Amino acid sequence: MSKTLPPKPRRLKGGDGALSAAAIASGVRSGEASAEEIVRGRLDAIRKDDPTIKAFLAVFEDGALEAARAVDRKRREGGKLGRLAGVPVALKDNLLVTGTISTCGSRILENYRSPYDATVVGLLKSEDAVIIGKTNLDEFAMGSSTENSSFFPTQNPWAPGHVPGGSSGGSAAAVAAGFAPVSLGSDTGGSIRQPAALCGIVGLKPTYGLVSRYGLVAFASSLDQIGPFSRTVEDSALLLDVIAAKDPRDSTSKAAPRNGGYAEGIETGVKGLRIGLPRQYFEAQGSDPEVVSSVRESIRALEAAGAVVAEASLPHTDYAVSTYYLIAPAEASSNLARFDGVRYGLSEKNAPDLGALYEESRGVGFGAEVKRRIMLGTYALSAGYHDAYYEKANRVRTLIRRDFEEAFKSFDLLAAPTSPVPAFKMGERMKDPLSMYLADILTIPANLAGIPGISVPSGLTSKGLPVGLQLLAPAFAEKTLLRAAFALESMRPFPRLGSRD
Amino acid sequence: MSSISPEEVAKIAKLARLKLSQDEIALYQRQMSRILDSMAKLRQLDTQAVPPTASVPWIEPSPREDEPAAFSNASALVALAPEREGPYFKVRKVIE
Repeated sequence: MSKTLPPKPRRLKGGDGALSAAAIASGVRSGEASAEEIVRGRLDAIRKDDPTIKAFLAVFEDGALEAARAVDRKRREGGKLGRLAGVPVALKDNLLVTGTISTCGSRILENYRSPYDATVVGLLKSEDAVIIGKTNLDEFAMGSSTENSSFFPTQNPWAPGHVPGGSSGGSAAAVAAGFAPVSLGSDTGGSIRQPAALCGIVGLKPTYGLVSRYGLVAFASSLDQIGPFSRTVEDSALLLDVIAAKDPRDSTSKAAPRNGGYAEGIETGVKGLRIGLPRQYFEAQGSDPEVVSSVRESIRALEAAGAVVAEASLPHTDYAVSTYYLIAPAEASSNLARFDGVRYGLSEKNAPDLGALYEESRGVGFGAEVKRRIMLGTYALSAGYHDAYYEKANRVRTLIRRDFEEAFKSFDLLAAPTSPVPAFKMGERMKDPLSMYLADILTIPANLAGIPGISVPSGLTSKGLPVGLQLLAPAFAEKTLLRAAFALESMRPFPRLGSRD
Repeated sequence: MSSISPEEVAKIAKLARLKLSQDEIALYQRQMSRILDSMAKLRQLDTQAVPPTASVPWIEPSPREDEPAAFSNASALVALAPEREGPYFKVRKVIE
């Protein structure tokens, strides 16, 4: 028995939506904060504001409180707490959590109860994170606005009536609105970076292979990557530390060379760092001049801090959208063949025979954009068109990859806008699929090349809409990305929402 | 020049195992034609000497023994089946 009383702990306010994951974890570990109070605070915020924002498809009120109490109990009993102790995490609804529904934003999976945890979910739980709910997305992650969700659209917390971006729009909106300090999304053509930009937060797409996709519902397997959303650069580093791991259950996962944690050396600064500005990214079709000028201003700040900035060129940029919209739908048409109405998911049981069961279940279960992409992909892979479309796209993919290899001979990083435009109005691009596809013009090339990218807040437009700056790095150079992003954050403090309360 | 006909759209839908309404066929015919037209620009590039990329170069196949292992939650898998009999998935007649 201890004779002296412990000092009265300074309590971190559970209701403070501005607390970072790093602050929560250290507070919970030291006993300054209770995980239950933290989680209760976020659940209250969700209950109050999510009926307007609609970031969540499901909120795990009971499960989250129970998990939080278990974390507090573990601390009281002297157990060693993990790196995300008591941190509320929101997950895109294409990541499986045992025993809970994972809809993927689709009617076809409306009642799908996950029989296992995604690898990333297991890793979060093992570090004592608290999963608070599942977030909205474009159906099967196909879209750039979250309007393709089969359930409802999500509002941009900065501007009602505007989209949060997509496809991980719910995960981005949840963090921007202060419902959770961090969340996970997936990025196949920009689905983490673009909504991060439109919602004024940090979003990181890791190198292809760095994070296991086991338990992520597959969209386009040669492109999909899971990554974090956060309000601070340090929190994205912390999340990446937890989720980056080689996994025998994903044959494309790779053990990455890592010198210490991703947050280590994050404050080193950008002195001497060579940053290239890809000319084509600043001249993209439909670019908003306010986006370009905000990004240029941020780059001047990096230059003033010692970065060596020069123009770069990625000559095949203009071909990336076409290349992507052949490869991704082709892979999707194959991946989504598993939805057959037999093993799980929506089933049109009155269909007269097996063929009709397949066609009717899929015809009813999939939404318009998913069907459109399955059709495009089937076409691109079909006899007579395979060489002209799919094979051709894979060859152009090599040229796009080589553009980056060439650029990274002269530069450590590339910097550009994340999205050519800020958040657009709901409905604005829904009538014309091609205009929606062009929203990804600046994020798609990194997926085709497999390299990592991060979007960090650069500023606000005159209408108060967030602008994102994108940094791209060679494969496995996440530490350089995070270092430059951190430098920018220190020089141009990110504007925030949800820190009122 | 890439435009596709309603018949082609119907054929693709059949291959993709998708039941589409006449309205959907008309819509996808218009939209796919426009999307495929925009992709014609890829033909400007001479790629004869360029090898295709199927995946990024740092991912090497890592073969392993094919050893069966027990899945701890097998009953939850079967419970997802729309039609089942005991521990089995019930499937329509495949061969006439």
